Amino acid sequence: MTLSDLLAACEATAVVAPDAQVSVSRAYTSDLLSDVMAHAPEESVLITIQNHLNTVAVATLVGCRAILICHGRAIPEEMAAAARSEQVAILTTPINQFEASNRIGSCLTTQGHARVHSVAV
Amino acid sequence: MNDAVSSQAALNADDERPSIVLLELIHRMKVRDVMTREVCVTDRDSPLRAAQQIMRKQGIGGVPVAEHGRLYGMVSMPDIIRAWEDGYIDDPCRTHMSTRLVVLEEDMPLAFAIRYFGRYSFGRFPVLNREQMLVGILSQRDINRALLRELAGEVKRLESHSGASLPPPAGGIFDMYMLREFPVAKLDFENAGKAANQIRLMLLEKQVEPRVVRRVAVAAYELEMNLCVHSNGGVLSCLVSNGRAEIIARDNGPGIPDIEWACLDGTSTANAWIRSLGFGAGMGLPNVKRVADDFLIESKPGGGTRARVIVQLGVQSDGKPSAPETSARSDT
Repeated sequence: MTLSDLLAACEATAVVAPDAQVSVSRAYTSDLLSDVMAHAPEESVLITIQNHLNTVAVATLVGCRAILICHGRAIPEEMAAAARSEQVAILTTPINQFEASNRIGSCLTTQGHARVHSVAV
Repeated sequence: MNDAVSSQAALNADDERPSIVLLELIHRMKVRDVMTREVCVTDRDSPLRAAQQIMRKQGIGGVPVAEHGRLYGMVSMPDIIRAWEDGYIDDPCRTHMSTRLVVLEEDMPLAFAIRYFGRYSFGRFPVLNREQMLVGILSQRDINRALLRELAGEVKRLESHSGASLPPPAGGIFDMYMLREFPVAKLDFENAGKAANQIRLMLLEKQVEPRVVRRVAVAAYELEMNLCVHSNGGVLSCLVSNGRAEIIARDNGPGIPDIEWACLDGTSTANAWIRSLGFGAGMGLPNVKRVADDFLIESKPGGGTRARVIVQLGVQSDGKPSAPETSARSDT
């Protein structure tokens, strides 16, 4: 699915979107950054409530292409700036992590990806 | 600004972070390593004129008044000037010496002594041992000389490791050589992760396989975060040579009381604020162990911690998922 698909599926707003057509084939849901480090797959969207700079650092290191911040949490400017410089997309959505995982999971399944990972947080 | 105050500025500079190498040095070195041991002293009954002669002969600005190793006072240049002005240069030292003394102990870290020079206006401090006997004297000149000597040694050591002095790599993983060091400050979340990212980018640029790079990056990131969250600050270094990456994190404290416990999955000493940032889940060291081909950690409570990770760059080691767990979980 593309970033545009993600935005539509989660009623999300793009805060940083280097390329709306960038493709995301997997997803990972977690609020523990070490857990993200250990398990998040590459080319994925990270679904989380961690709206700070270090989330961008972790996403960059593991090769996530987008970060979806849930519960409509505001994106601090330094986080947005880091994401711009690392070419990672940041989206915000009013829905929670479970709902976001569910919707993205459905989209990926429909599109034949079926690669959603999530952990209880 | 006098010399010791300059050293003090190196400790407290607001505009830029003090050099980690310098900080390490001044915490590692003790007053006894730096002080002048051959101390010219005078005794309480000798005239101030004798103290003045010692100062002139030795080119120093103050003389301890001591007998049989016990320190009684100090006579300094202002005391002598006053004695000439007021006409008592032939009085015994005991009547005019300074007796309210600030002294250093030989076991103190040099950093402590440098702060003393910043705090007081004295040009030198007498140094006592544990038995309260005078064993040396420490001046700003002693400190500068020792720091220059140690820093020169440190620079030489870095140069001998520096890729710049070696021929450029011929292309293969075993020809690669790289040494980088990154200071990591305590609770500096703004910059935490940058070192790991730079290491990752350097390895990708050197055409190391991305899955292997990810393992190095995970280890570097977790160790960097540990320095940031748990230590008083430290250094993360990455040495690439002989076809492997060696990541070392070292700090000066406060140390880990129980390393085995700290390496268990889910154990953490992080506070609620740190946990709210998504850290402190107790997965850091287990993550490091999982991606490492070799992992070593040494620590003592109250002392420093040193953690070392080795990742072979050319081969996939058995049982070490190159991208941890990802490939296994992708199919579930």
